[in-house]
Amino acid sequence: MDITTLPLVALADLFPRGVAQYAAGGLLIGLGVAVIYLGTGIIAGASTFLESTLSYVSDVPRFNRAKYLASRDWRVVFTLGIVGGAAVYALAFGEFGWTTDVQWWRLLGGGFLVGVGTRVGKGCTSGHGVCGVGSLSETSLVNVATFMAFAIGTAQIVAALGVSP
Amino acid sequence: MSADTDGRGLAFTLVILLGGLVFGFGLGLSGMAKPEIVLDFLQFEDFGLLFVMGGAAVVSGVTIFGATNFLDRAPLTGRGYTRRLKTFDKNVPIGGAIFGVGWGLSGICPGAAYASVGLGNVTILWAILGMFLGAYAQGFVRSSRAEETDAAAAPSTD
Repeated sequence: MDITTLPLVALADLFPRGVAQYAAGGLLIGLGVAVIYLGTGIIAGASTFLESTLSYVSDVPRFNRAKYLASRDWRVVFTLGIVGGAAVYALAFGEFGWTTDVQWWRLLGGGFLVGVGTRVGKGCTSGHGVCGVGSLSETSLVNVATFMAFAIGTAQIVAALGVSP
Repeated sequence: MSADTDGRGLAFTLVILLGGLVFGFGLGLSGMAKPEIVLDFLQFEDFGLLFVMGGAAVVSGVTIFGATNFLDRAPLTGRGYTRRLKTFDKNVPIGGAIFGVGWGLSGICPGAAYASVGLGNVTILWAILGMFLGAYAQGFVRSSRAEETDAAAAPSTD
């Protein structure tokens, strides 16, 4: 192997699917947040939907605070938009009907911890990771660094235990 | 609807919907709606997700910087433009750690899970069920604790 090609080979190893689709997707995720923010002043995160939607069916006081009751309707609209936007993508790129092979107990158990963690920690990958980091919030930077470290550790351990997918 | 204080009519709803559509399309295009791609990132097999989060944060960062410095108020609500600054307490790293274990186990986070439904991924409903159960569990526990606190006649912290 010619020594001058080594850096390129290494780069291809890091990005086996390339970077274009990732970067374009990221820019659109930011653009979706920006559209809502510029139009309404609202900084939209995806995880508050969980608590605010529970207020429709639960009497638990935590879910019936004024800020959730006031925002629950538009959060439903936002989430339906997310589902619809992904459906448009899937139909346009011929991926509609794709299903994950990750086992149901990983999804259920992981989802449960995500549900607890995002509510305890005041945000998720979009709230802290996109909007909070975009705001240069130290709180969000700490949260993101923490969840990244724990997610990498967990995924590595699960893979080392031979669980796949 | 008296509680619907953020509701400002049709234009408001359409902007929220449009933002959601673009956000969801981006989640689909970026691959984040597929747990396999997130897990590949966390296992150091594909670092593409750095471009997803980096790209999204740059766009939101430029938008928030521009609006807070050069714009007045949002046209549809009259709200001032602010940065997303949550107060720091011990719940922030604790919640982050719990979230991280869940994300590393499942490869799924809230927005990406909703988007995955849009792909027609019915299996992802396990994760969404889990997220609602988790959010309900923490809300139930917190509300119970708050009642105990009230019973002890301590001042409310919320």
